[in-house]
Amino acid sequence: MQVIPVTSVHRGFGTTTRRDAWWTAPLAVFAGLSAFVGYATWAAFQGEHYTYGPYLSPFYSPEIFGDSPHAWFGPKPSAWPGWLPFSPALLILPFPGLFRFTCYYYRGAYYKAFWADPPSCSVGEPRRSYRGEHAFPLILQNVHRFFMWVAIVFIAFLSYDVWLALWFTDPATGAREFGIGLGTLVLGLNVGLLASYTWGCHVLRHVVGGRLDEVSKSPACDMAYACVSGLNGRHRLFAWLSLFSVMSSDLYIRLCSMGVLSDPRFL
Amino acid sequence: MSQATFRIWRSQPGETGGFTDYRTEVSEGMVVLDAVHQIQAEQAPDLACRWNCKAGKCGSCSAEINGRPRLMCMSRLNTLDLTQPVTVEPMRTFPLIKDLVTDVSWNFRVKQGIQRFQPRRPDAPDGTWRMAQRDADRVQEFRTCIECFLCQDVCHVLRDHDKHDEFIGPRFFTYAAALEMHPLDTAERLGDLKDAQGIGYCNITKCCTSVCPEHIHITDNAIIPLKERVVDRFYDPVTRLLRMFR
Repeated sequence: MQVIPVTSVHRGFGTTTRRDAWWTAPLAVFAGLSAFVGYATWAAFQGEHYTYGPYLSPFYSPEIFGDSPHAWFGPKPSAWPGWLPFSPALLILPFPGLFRFTCYYYRGAYYKAFWADPPSCSVGEPRRSYRGEHAFPLILQNVHRFFMWVAIVFIAFLSYDVWLALWFTDPATGAREFGIGLGTLVLGLNVGLLASYTWGCHVLRHVVGGRLDEVSKSPACDMAYACVSGLNGRHRLFAWLSLFSVMSSDLYIRLCSMGVLSDPRFL
Repeated sequence: MSQATFRIWRSQPGETGGFTDYRTEVSEGMVVLDAVHQIQAEQAPDLACRWNCKAGKCGSCSAEINGRPRLMCMSRLNTLDLTQPVTVEPMRTFPLIKDLVTDVSWNFRVKQGIQRFQPRRPDAPDGTWRMAQRDADRVQEFRTCIECFLCQDVCHVLRDHDKHDEFIGPRFFTYAAALEMHPLDTAERLGDLKDAQGIGYCNITKCCTSVCPEHIHITDNAIIPLKERVVDRFYDPVTRLLRMFR
């Protein structure tokens, strides 16, 4: 039987017979991720206006070294090289950053949006060569599981920040009192969305039960697998909501600290 | 009754081929396959088109409609913009035989290379096994595959990079997952998945999931779990260390 390789019919970057606006989704991802990376980088290098009252920006939490009262070990170590820029955020942001960078959802999204590999489904690519995640360097994406554990620890730190955001210092007496401000709610919502994203991670789903062929034989794993699977089904949604919330939380605290906004107290 | 134009790929064996426009009458409830049959009956009796059940269950009438891999029998005309010509072309990932018919035999050869189901020893003296329903449910999703090969067609590793010799494609990762995650199975497939079957080439763009007419969560439930099992076995030093103490 004679056959014709139909794959030679139309190739080339962007070539497709699709009628829909296939470029809108990768363009939106490109714009969204670029905006986030741009803002996060700018905010991380500022090194100021990251606290306001009991609030600590999630970009700067945990504050290992720093000048705010939230710092664990006080100011920047004296041994820090003078030529190296310092900001408390630079010490910790690489970990959640790499968790997201190696996340299965984001990988699929940015391969399309930033690398056009492919630009969209059934749309022609700009390159003929392809190694995927089969070889170096993208085989290193498999480190995602290690960053997942760090991200889970960060959820604990951020939850503790929400607890601290419930305790305000009375400027008159200096006493700490329970309260809820808009910033408390912003930080609380942020942790909820970050936890929903992190606990819906594909690797966590694998660890808690996916690795087992008979997960029903371990009731704890069975329940955890069901819960993580539920969140995993909305992984894309939580990936974007949490990205937006973490940026919004930093912006809110920054604007309050700069005096642009005032933080309303509800309690 | 109104009319619509169908821009259908026509080719003869040995020729490159091209699109030909056919204008035909369409009515409520028609699908693309109905229109193709009508064109066959009225204007192009030599138009080659593979089909069988006309109910989305045999997976025969796979094609690309307006550039999207779909089953012709499940593509209702009222979901398409009929003010413009509707393009109907063969799956681009497979060698073309004639018109809309492609040679998908590569898929059957790939399937033969996947380790067969090897159940553990029977659980009961009467030679039977016991397994929980929900453990069986997890792999049941993969068994709804109708082998339409739309996922293979849309996968850019095959479609644009022609990795047919190194990569088995989403259909067969789903098949391998159905066996690998089966509660009774004992066969070893992870080495093949990593090396000969090239699971690392998948870059999780989820195009396969988006075109599956059976709505199988190919990427999330089959490919990523298999990737994680491969990482457990071959790349993660911690799990390798833990295995030494088991």
